[in-house]
Amino acid sequence: MGQPEGKGSSRERSWPLYEVFVRAKRGLSHVHVGSLHAPDAEMALRNGRDLYTRRQEGVSLWVVRSTDITASSPGERDSFFDPAADKVYRHPTFYEVPEDVEYL
Amino acid sequence: MTATAAYSLQLGDDALIYGQRLGEWISRAPQIEEDMALGNIGLDLIGQARVLLTRAGELDGTGRSEDELAYFRDEREFHNVHLVEQERSDFGFEMARMLWFSAYQCELYAALVASSDETIAGVAAKALKEVDYHRDHASQWVVRLGDGTSASHARMQESLERVAPYVAELFDDDAVSGAASGEGVGALPSSLWDSALGHVSRVVSKATLTLPAETTWRSRGGRVGIHSRPMGYLLAEMQHIARSHPGATW
Repeated sequence: MGQPEGKGSSRERSWPLYEVFVRAKRGLSHVHVGSLHAPDAEMALRNGRDLYTRRQEGVSLWVVRSTDITASSPGERDSFFDPAADKVYRHPTFYEVPEDVEYL
Repeated sequence: MTATAAYSLQLGDDALIYGQRLGEWISRAPQIEEDMALGNIGLDLIGQARVLLTRAGELDGTGRSEDELAYFRDEREFHNVHLVEQERSDFGFEMARMLWFSAYQCELYAALVASSDETIAGVAAKALKEVDYHRDHASQWVVRLGDGTSASHARMQESLERVAPYVAELFDDDAVSGAASGEGVGALPSSLWDSALGHVSRVVSKATLTLPAETTWRSRGGRVGIHSRPMGYLLAEMQHIARSHPGATW
């Protein structure tokens, strides 16, 4: 669908920003590779293909509107992540992983 | 010239000239992402042209390379249709042109996968995936522009009207394609019409647009080397560096 008609700043009528995630052929998870502008999600997928898979980087693409991503802020880093550092009992360090289990 | 050589040359010229036109969009597209998309599509087409022209040069008895064919033939020796040589206009015109041309190429390469010429069958198999994407790209845009604002709708409809006189030529049978088809090397252009029209009609109606009525004038002559006014300028731009330094290499 096209952009809504009418007056407004160019920011209103310009294309929204999408974040692009690519999963490599041998990969297990989608990795963030960059961002792009597109009129909508379907075109964002195609633009992502054009911009971020030129060198065979991947076999699967996700695009997410940047405004849909909620990220932790650097200022909160200390309170968010430091308390986990001294809780040894949470780590499975005393557990022996069997050889056949690959992706633990 | 053998039937296969002449046929391969036609297909190669279509791809080469349209690739050249699409290259003009780089730095001029509405958004930078579209710069990349159109550039990629142009690259795909030039890749197809390289294989097809090389094949033509191998078989036509002159032993010319792809570069010699691209840069040192004169206008009357090019056998592309008029559609691909028309000057770049607005984005809607380009999407209308790409919609028809890629719809044609999808049907063409689907048929050529079974070509009795190994090289043509090979490039067809690879190109089919490329032009499927080109057709999708054009379709996405035609739908968005048609089913968009009243301004984009009007301009997209106008674009379809302006491209309309150049469509029939893509599906004209001629001596070369007839001979190639007879030998199992090529496909009769007229046999591609129904499926191509089917796809374009679906896109046009989804875009809330109308397929233009048959035009009073339609282009012809490209397949025998008679071209329209823009062709000379296109070739001058495309060929002048190679011709200024003949025999130069990178």
